[in-house]
Amino acid sequence: MTSQGIGASVKRKEDRRFLLGKGNYTDDITLPNQAYAVLVRSIYAHAKITKIDSAAAKAAPGVIGVLTGDDVAADGLGGLPCGWLVKNKDGSNMVEPPHPALAHGKVRHVGDPVVMVVATSKAEARAAAGLVDISYDALPAVGRLADAIKPGAPQVWDEAPGNACFDWHIGDPVNTEAAFKNAAHIVEIDLTNSRVAPNAMEPRAANGHYEAASDHYTLYTTSQNPHLIRLLMSAFTLHVPEHKLRVIAPDVGGGFGSKIYHYAEELLVTWASKKLGRPVKWTSDRSEAFQSDAHGRDHISHAALALDASGKFLGLRVKTYANVGAYLSTFASAVPTYLYATLLSGPYDLPAIYAEVQATFTNTVPIDAYRGAGRPEASYLLERLVDKAARQLGVDRIELRRKNMIRPDQFPYQTQVALQYDIGDYHATLDLALKSNDYANYEKRRAASAAKGKLRGFGISTYIEACGIAPSAVAGALGARAGLYEAAGVRVHPTGSVTVFTGTHSHGQGHETTFAQLVSEKLGVPVDSVEVVHGDTDRIPFGMGTYGSRSAAVGGSALIKALDKVIDKGKKIAAHLLEASAGDIEFKDGNFRVVGTDRAKAFGEVAFTAYVPHNYPIDSVEPGLEESAYYDPKNFTFPGGTHLVEVEIDPETGVVEVVDVAIADDVGVIINPMIVDGQAHGGLAQGIGQALYEEVRYDAEGQLTNGSYMDYCMPRAADLPNFKVGNHVTACTHNPIGVKGVGEVGAIGVPPAVINAVIDALTPLGVTDISMPATPEKIWRAIQAAKLAKKGA
Amino acid sequence: MATITLKVNRDAHTLECAPTTLLVEALRERFRLTGTHVGCDTSQCGACTVHVDGKSVKSCTMLAVEAEGAEITTIEGLADGGTLHPMQAAFQEHHGLQCGFCTPGMIMSATDLCRRTPDPSEHEVRHWLEGNLCRCTGYHNIVKAVRAGAAGMRGGK
Repeated sequence: MTSQGIGASVKRKEDRRFLLGKGNYTDDITLPNQAYAVLVRSIYAHAKITKIDSAAAKAAPGVIGVLTGDDVAADGLGGLPCGWLVKNKDGSNMVEPPHPALAHGKVRHVGDPVVMVVATSKAEARAAAGLVDISYDALPAVGRLADAIKPGAPQVWDEAPGNACFDWHIGDPVNTEAAFKNAAHIVEIDLTNSRVAPNAMEPRAANGHYEAASDHYTLYTTSQNPHLIRLLMSAFTLHVPEHKLRVIAPDVGGGFGSKIYHYAEELLVTWASKKLGRPVKWTSDRSEAFQSDAHGRDHISHAALALDASGKFLGLRVKTYANVGAYLSTFASAVPTYLYATLLSGPYDLPAIYAEVQATFTNTVPIDAYRGAGRPEASYLLERLVDKAARQLGVDRIELRRKNMIRPDQFPYQTQVALQYDIGDYHATLDLALKSNDYANYEKRRAASAAKGKLRGFGISTYIEACGIAPSAVAGALGARAGLYEAAGVRVHPTGSVTVFTGTHSHGQGHETTFAQLVSEKLGVPVDSVEVVHGDTDRIPFGMGTYGSRSAAVGGSALIKALDKVIDKGKKIAAHLLEASAGDIEFKDGNFRVVGTDRAKAFGEVAFTAYVPHNYPIDSVEPGLEESAYYDPKNFTFPGGTHLVEVEIDPETGVVEVVDVAIADDVGVIINPMIVDGQAHGGLAQGIGQALYEEVRYDAEGQLTNGSYMDYCMPRAADLPNFKVGNHVTACTHNPIGVKGVGEVGAIGVPPAVINAVIDALTPLGVTDISMPATPEKIWRAIQAAKLAKKGA
Repeated sequence: MATITLKVNRDAHTLECAPTTLLVEALRERFRLTGTHVGCDTSQCGACTVHVDGKSVKSCTMLAVEAEGAEITTIEGLADGGTLHPMQAAFQEHHGLQCGFCTPGMIMSATDLCRRTPDPSEHEVRHWLEGNLCRCTGYHNIVKAVRAGAAGMRGGK
């Protein structure tokens, strides 16, 4: 190992440009002759469009185009596709309604784009957008999931009776029913998983540029996966072949899932650029983002856990309604099914599981993957339920978990919901977290809080997650319409420096550093001699981008495969130079050496020889030193761990302060500990945000009531504590690095720990349930209700 | 159209702009200083924070014409040539940035805090940064970075 290889907290290579204000985000790019687009969006949740009068807008200063759904239809642009076909219980296909880039005939959520105005400046486009006169006939609308599933609810789509997109299930209903018949205890819970907005700090933007002379399109976009966008545009929406379309996702200011999807604006600006003969840029403002970026979560669930007399879990039964919004976003259907219900075994040995999921349309912006994507919903359900079981049975919540956890000797562990966990040590992460929290002295801390009039609560969550969704063939059999492999290219230059081309995309994760560390580990070159290229379909191989904590496990593994090919070829060249056989050459610490001798050639020398092949095995080895590889994983990876939270609640105001967060994760082999800790911190902040502060609110008629930072509570620095982050490593058994993934663990593990802590603090008052977000008002009301109930009793 | 004269990152400029132009729009679109970012439309996120006559200001809350005669420093003007400002160096050292979008505003805000409070406590840092949102870091490393940056600034270059 070199000092900059796997395990080193190398400072990030990408930082300097960001620190100097020299990042290159999509909206920073202004092209010659740039035009600007503004979208006129629906103010109705559900309405017929009866007339669009754009005459005044067209006549306004600077306006060069006003485009409507009719224009989209006339030009034959395709609707935005859904990337995963889910089947109903009876084997029939889910309902897939059309999703035109500009609303046609009807609007179905507030923010649904109706008209695009393009002008020579953003100010002119904005002013002209205000002149577009759209007449609507309002239709009955349904803004909330709980209402959409009621009989007689307004219908979002005629073809989806009862607003059902699909009614899907997994597991074994017969076994599960038998488990409940044999149970000594049955614990039931009703839960909501709140609706949240991803809120990457960089709003979405897209800049389309058609060059007539070469008949070539370039799209700059805030995407986590430029190749996926190009594929969807080529195959489904723009109908321009890939070699004529270049998609560049330059520096991207956070994604958290919300920048995976193919959005209408990407298509519209690219199409409009050709139509209007100028590059067209659209940049979302924050209020627009709340109405048009895909949201996350929003489940209503009923679950039951069957236990025997000793507290051993026998079975789990779950019925979930999942909101998908008004249209199916790119992966909307996969999130509440294959990324949610397959995780319902958690870290537990659970012999029978049956889960039913009904996806439901509402007159709201689409819901899709947001940091964790299905897995936080699963961990929240399971960990709330297990805590309730401990209370109901009168047993210790930690010991109940310990008793039911999969033991290290049970791996590989086949769950009842399709997944097979390769490895883990859940008891080890539990013990590590308890130590970090100093649980032995918790009672002292609780008493100290009580002495100052505060209610202290301790909350635990032991969670599992699945990263690097795979393999392609299995996902395809389950309805995925894309591959799930990753690609990497390694170009060794003549003087021994290296350029890496990766299909993954970094929007904060630090790939430019961690992937360079993998090169350093394998080739022995310093990270400063490595450049990592990502985010440009003309420069990188066809890869699937970054989501689901897949980059290190899938993209890193592809890179290792390519590096192994480089080393193999290097051995052949070195063997020639050293007059030995390739089988006798080992590569170590940057040198090709004849095993057992001091005869060696440095990596740089071999690289130079590859490009200046004067003394070269030219009959059997091609010149050059550049390799590529694709990696399709055999399985998901399965990080897991324990998250512990302590809160203090002021019983007079209901204000919650998170006073301690101690977590222990097993994310597999760690490439850069500094970056891994940072990823955990960010996930924790978003998880605590969902638990305590954040919630997207629609009224019953589908009006978005808190769509700005004035109204949507984002966690701020003073709302959060420092985090105690620890790791226990079991190496993933099926990828060459042993890495699992860390991007989402915080958001998956911590929300139930926070709510369990809040309920723990309030239990002495008689409060048994609090939903997310646990706002001061909600807690205050729960305390008052419990007081009244006690008086009445 | 209004005409204003101002200094941006130590250089004097005369600018003609509409009276409705925001300072952030002038910086990004006219001066092409795109390190100053726009993350919201309600003056909550702080990504657009710059220094106006040495004090941190959200440049979305100010009209460009209000900057008449002012000295503006943006993130691009903070480093001393190729040498990072101590606060910039501390953000790198302590991994106080991930996607980098909030970073310029964080750094411009933090340097103003340290000008006023040379050795801020963790509590002071967390409360000072209430006007700057970050979605990536959970603030943990930003707080560490700001306190380390303060030490660097006290050390005088």
